[in-house]
Amino acid sequence: MRRRLIAAGNALALFGALLFLWQLVIWIFQVQPYMLPSPWLVAKALVKRFPSLMIALSITAEEAIGGLLASIVVGVLVALVFAQSRWVRKMLYPYTILLQTVPIIAIAPMIISWVHAGLPAVTLIAFFISLAPVIANTTQGLISVDENLVNLFLMHNASPAQMLLKLRLPHAVPSLFVGIRIASGIAVIGALTGELFAGSSQVGQGGLGYSILYASSQNETDYMFALVLATVVLGFGFLFIVMFLEWYFLHRWHESALPAETE
Amino acid sequence: MSAASAVPQIQFDAVVKSYGTGRLVLAGIDLAIEKGEFVTFIGPSGCGKSTILKLISGLSPASSGTIRIDGMTPKDARETISFIFQDATLLPWRTVRENVGLGLELEHASAEHRRKTAAALLDLVGLDDVTGAYPRELSGGMKMRVSIARALATNPRLLLMDEPFAALDEMTRDRLNEELLRLREEQKWTAVFVTHSVAEAVFLSTRIIVLRPNPGCIHAVFPVDLPFPRTAELHESPKFEALVTRISHSLREAMKR
Repeated sequence: MRRRLIAAGNALALFGALLFLWQLVIWIFQVQPYMLPSPWLVAKALVKRFPSLMIALSITAEEAIGGLLASIVVGVLVALVFAQSRWVRKMLYPYTILLQTVPIIAIAPMIISWVHAGLPAVTLIAFFISLAPVIANTTQGLISVDENLVNLFLMHNASPAQMLLKLRLPHAVPSLFVGIRIASGIAVIGALTGELFAGSSQVGQGGLGYSILYASSQNETDYMFALVLATVVLGFGFLFIVMFLEWYFLHRWHESALPAETE
Repeated sequence: MSAASAVPQIQFDAVVKSYGTGRLVLAGIDLAIEKGEFVTFIGPSGCGKSTILKLISGLSPASSGTIRIDGMTPKDARETISFIFQDATLLPWRTVRENVGLGLELEHASAEHRRKTAAALLDLVGLDDVTGAYPRELSGGMKMRVSIARALATNPRLLLMDEPFAALDEMTRDRLNEELLRLREEQKWTAVFVTHSVAEAVFLSTRIIVLRPNPGCIHAVFPVDLPFPRTAELHESPKFEALVTRISHSLREAMKR
């Protein structure tokens, strides 16, 4: 507990020092606020525009969560198909590579022509961009079961359903979480960048990515910084929730979920 | 079932096993194992001793020849067979109790029956105080005990063991060997065992079959007429040591071929 307090104190002190350095740069080089606003101006913009910032944050969060949940559901289903046989994997694997190599942002205009700009389009972009890691990791988890465990189940004449529900799926849960952890980060990035292209169906209202672009066009650099800060908070929040769920489901039995306190 | 006593429990007739493009693993094995025997296969690596267990369990089919377990095909006889692997192969997401109940669960036994059987067997292997623990909290020896309890939970008539104690330290191995014999006294299953250790083979078995490689076939057979119950002191008896010496010699010959 004491060590944790000291660590938290150190982190806080470093944060303070960085803020001070930021302010120092502005003082020494006489930087104009529209180029780089001071921490104080950013804080002021944050407080003043808090309601609109929260709306933008909630829109982006909704898109990222929607995209992530969809990619988990679809990713697990696809992984179940992939796990059926090596033949199926060989046939379908190139398409998951495609999913990773085609820059999703480049097809954003196409997506807008399919679904409405704004929330539906951005959610779809977040979904596409976060799908591949869920598929890849879950498939790996489903097929990497120890051969003798499979033999053990065969010795008890286990049905295919028992093999899946009592062996392969539980075995894949840690890998699924690795996939979700990676996907959660890129779902947020996907939502943010998606908003740059397909952010709003209505001028002036949209998620964080859209608002950053809009604030930049209005020369509201201080508000833009506040929005960037909000994206950082959102990304951290996502990661924190996923890591908590991972700990909650795995800490009793899985090695990776052991508390990392011992260093 | 009256005919069952007339035929051996395990019968191999001219069993041949080859993998892939004709790599011959076992070349013509004839074998009969009677009910109540403890038969150990020993031999250099590549002699096909693990393959014999796979054939008996039906996990791998014979390339030619016939195998009968209680007069049935290996696959049909599976309900009467339990397999203990080299690693404990426990499900890490299940507690000790849930692991022991796995076989019964897969065979759709009632929760009540599973709970009672698991409790009785964990008591028998001396693990009644860790029933709620997860495998990662256990030592190697304890994990293997759980694995043995799990194998016995389905009340097998035949127990197949593929180097189950190879990864354990010698003291744990000796203790588990004694426990295994004690369980056998109580439950009367037939055992087919595979090991690299001659001393372990002599201590456990009623019969030892030495295999030789390239391709795998029976090199020599040694009956072990040491009396039961056997305890650790047996290791120091001259008869035990003489048998270990003879079998070690036979094993060295088998490796030269």
